[in-house]
Amino acid sequence: MARELSLNDIVKMYRDPQLAKKLVKAIHAEASKLDHTLIMHVCGTHEWTITHYGIRSLLPDNIELRAGPGCPVCITPASDIDSIVKLALEENITITVYGDMSRAKGGEGISLEDARSLGADIRIVYSIQDAVKLANQERNRKFVFFGVGFDTTAPATAYMILKGIPENLTILSSYRYVPPAVGALLKAPDLAVDAIINPGHSSTVTGMKPYKKYFDVSKKPMVFSGFEPIDVLISILMILKQLISNCPKMENEYKRSVTWEGNVKAMNTIFKVFDLVEGYWRGFGIVEGSAFVFKDKFSDIDARIVYGLGEPKSSSEFVRNAKCGDVIKGKIDPVECPLYMKECTPDTPKGPPMVSVEGTCRIWAEHKVTAIFKCRI
Amino acid sequence: MTDVVKMVHGAGGQAMQQLIKNYILRHLAWGDVDVPLKMLDDSGVANGIILKSDSYTVKPLFFPGGDIGRLAVSGTVNDILMVGGKPLALALGLIIEEGFPFKDLDRILGSISNTAKEADVPVITGDTKVVERGALDKLVLNMSGIGVRHPKLDHNIEVIKNFRKDFSSKWLLDCNIKPGDKIILSGYIGDHTIALLSVREGVNFKVDVESDVAPLVEPMDRALSVGGVVAAKDPTRGGLANLLNEWAEKSNVGIKIYEERIPIRDSVRNACEYLGLDPLELGNEGKVVLAVIDELAEDVLKALRATELGKNAEIIGEATNEHNYVVMETVIGGLRVIPPPIGDPVPRIC
Amino acid sequence: MCLGYPGKIIEIKGDYAKVDFGGGVVKDNIIISLVDAKVGDYVIVHAGYAIQVLDEEEAKKVIETWKEYLENIELVR
Repeated sequence: MARELSLNDIVKMYRDPQLAKKLVKAIHAEASKLDHTLIMHVCGTHEWTITHYGIRSLLPDNIELRAGPGCPVCITPASDIDSIVKLALEENITITVYGDMSRAKGGEGISLEDARSLGADIRIVYSIQDAVKLANQERNRKFVFFGVGFDTTAPATAYMILKGIPENLTILSSYRYVPPAVGALLKAPDLAVDAIINPGHSSTVTGMKPYKKYFDVSKKPMVFSGFEPIDVLISILMILKQLISNCPKMENEYKRSVTWEGNVKAMNTIFKVFDLVEGYWRGFGIVEGSAFVFKDKFSDIDARIVYGLGEPKSSSEFVRNAKCGDVIKGKIDPVECPLYMKECTPDTPKGPPMVSVEGTCRIWAEHKVTAIFKCRI
Repeated sequence: MTDVVKMVHGAGGQAMQQLIKNYILRHLAWGDVDVPLKMLDDSGVANGIILKSDSYTVKPLFFPGGDIGRLAVSGTVNDILMVGGKPLALALGLIIEEGFPFKDLDRILGSISNTAKEADVPVITGDTKVVERGALDKLVLNMSGIGVRHPKLDHNIEVIKNFRKDFSSKWLLDCNIKPGDKIILSGYIGDHTIALLSVREGVNFKVDVESDVAPLVEPMDRALSVGGVVAAKDPTRGGLANLLNEWAEKSNVGIKIYEERIPIRDSVRNACEYLGLDPLELGNEGKVVLAVIDELAEDVLKALRATELGKNAEIIGEATNEHNYVVMETVIGGLRVIPPPIGDPVPRIC
Repeated sequence: MCLGYPGKIIEIKGDYAKVDFGGGVVKDNIIISLVDAKVGDYVIVHAGYAIQVLDEEEAKKVIETWKEYLENIELVR
C-alpha cells in the first residue's frame, strides 16, 4: 500500500532547519518574559538529542535544561549487580545481560564484565528473545536474564513469560516504573523544577493517564515529547507558553505515538506478570510503587526467590568523590563532578552515568561537552 | 597505555596516535629531510622524492565496489597525491596464508593491475611470502609507492602566494591551514564502511551502497590546476572527524563545519542510525578533503564538480581563529564539538 | 530506556513481524502482538517488540499547527 509519507519524510519534517530557526526565535521571545526556568527531562534518549543537536547552545541563558534519572543502567541497584555477579562467579550460572549493563560496577566494585575475566559465563544479548534462544540451545546450563529497563522494556519480558520460557531460565527483575519517579522529581525540595519533559516511549506504553495524579499535586507544566530535535524545541516552547499564561497543563507534543490511554495491551501484559512495590533507584532513592516484582504465581522464574537473593537495597553506591548520585538525580551537570573527563572517561568509567550509553556523563563525554557554544540569534 | 597492543591501537584514532607517539616516533623521529616522519603527514618526502608505505588488512577481501587489490593501489596512490605528489611507481608485498585459492589471488592481481592502469602508475617491484595455515587471515599486502613533485604544484603555490605572501611551504601539508581557509569535501561519506559492514558476518542488513574506493588522480589534478589548495587529506580510518581534528591540531586553528552541507546518502544515514554509528567517524577510500584559500574556493569547487569522482563536492566549512576545536553547526542550527574519535568504530576497513 | 526506532512492517507471521528500518536494516523477529498493526503500517520498535503504531496524520498535524502558529506571530511582530 503506497503511503503518503515515507518514514524518511517524517524524520526530515522533524529535523527541518527552517522550522527550527523559527522555533528558536519564538523560544527566545517567550523566554524574555520569564525568570530563570529549570526544565527537567527523564530520558537518556532526550539527553542524547539535546546534546547531539546542540540544543542548549540555541537556548537563552535563563532557560536551563537538565537530565533527571532517565538511564535504566544508572538506576539499577548496586546490590542487584552484586547479587548477580555472585551467582555468576560462585554458582556457575550463565548470565544474559545487555551490553552496557554488563560494564556497570556494583557496590562491591565488580561488574559482570569483570566477572567474565574472572571466569564467569556472561553473554551479551539485545532482547529477552535472545536469552530465551540461548537457554533453549543449552538446556544443561542454568541461565539468569538481568531484567533491566523501564516500563517500555518490561512488556516484552512479561509477554515472553506468558508464552512460556524454558525451565533453565529465570529472571532477575530490576524493572522500574517511571511515573512515580517523575512525581518524586516534582516534589524534590533540592531541585526546584519548573517543568517536566516527559519520556516519549515510556509514555507511549503507559499513556499520559498515570501522570495525572502527580500533575494534580504539583501543578507544574508537563509536556510529553518525541525524540527528534523539532519535537524537543516544540516541547520547550509549549512549556514556556504555559508558564507565561500561568496555565499549567499536561500537553502532548508526541501525538504520533503517545495517547492518553497508552498501549493498553502492553500494560495489561505487564500487570498479568508483575506487581508494583516500593522501589530503590540507585543514586535517586526510594520511590513508592515504582519497582516491578513478579507475582507469586511466577516465583519459579523469579531469580530473586529461586536463588534467595533478597530485595535491592542501598549501599555505598559509588566511588569516593564521584558525584554519580547528583548527576543521576539531576542536581548537577556532569561538568560539576570533579572526576568528569579526568579520571572518569568513556574508556575508564568510574560510575554508571559514564558506563551507560544513556548516562548523562557518557553522552556529554562522547560529545566532548566541556564548553557550551552559544549562538547569537 | 596498556602493556599489550589492542585492536583499538590500529583503528586510526587517538589510541593509535598514542602508539605512534610513544613507540614509533620515539625510535624513528630522526632524519633531516623535506617532510620527515615526525610531521606524520600522509607521505614523507626526502630530496624531492615522495615515499609512502601502507599495509592492507581489509576484511572481507572482496566487497561491494571493490577488493583489497583496488584498495591497496588507491590508498597508496592517494597518500602520495595528498602531499602534492605525482605517483611514479608502486611496490607490492604479498603475504599469503597457505590454502588461499589461486582464483582469488588471480582476481586480486587483476584488480591491482586495472586500478594501477587507471591511475597510470605501474607496479615495478615486489615480494611474495607464504605462511602456514593459521598464521594470518587469508591474505594481507603492503603497497608502497614513490612519487615526484606534481607538475601543477608550483603553479598551485604561486596562486596561494598572490593572496598570502608569507606562505612558505613547498608541499601540501596538514600544518598549512590558516583562519578563513575553506574546507571542501569531494563527495558522499560513509559509503565504504557501510558497504563493508553489509557483507561482514554477524551483521544483518542489506544496502545498495558500494565502496567508493578509487584513486583520486583526476580531482587532485584539476584542483591543483586551479590553484589555492593549501592542504589535502583523505578521510580514511577515523573518517572526517579524525581528519579535521588532525588539521586543527597541526595547524593550530579551529574548524567549523555545517552538518547540512555534508553529503551523506539517506541509506548510509539510516544504517548508521540503526547501528549506532556516527557517519563522521567512518572511513572512506575515494574521497578527498581540501583546504583552500577563501578567494579560490568556489573555483576549486567548480573544478572538482566537473570530475566523476568529485561531482558531489561541497564546501562544508572553514577554519577559524575563534577557538581551537572542531565545531559543527547541527542541522537545526545548534553548535556542538566534534571530538577526535578514540578509533574507527569499525575494525579492518583498510 | 527510550531508544525506539520507527520501521515499516513488511510481513507478519503469527506473533512476529519482519520490519524494515530503512537503510537496508531489516529485522524479522519483532513481537507484533502488543499492538494492532497490519502489513504496511509504521511501528515504533523497542527491545524487540512493537510498542505503538505510528500515526502519520498526527505527525503531519503537529508540524502544520506549529508552522501556522509561528507564521501568525511573525505577522503580529
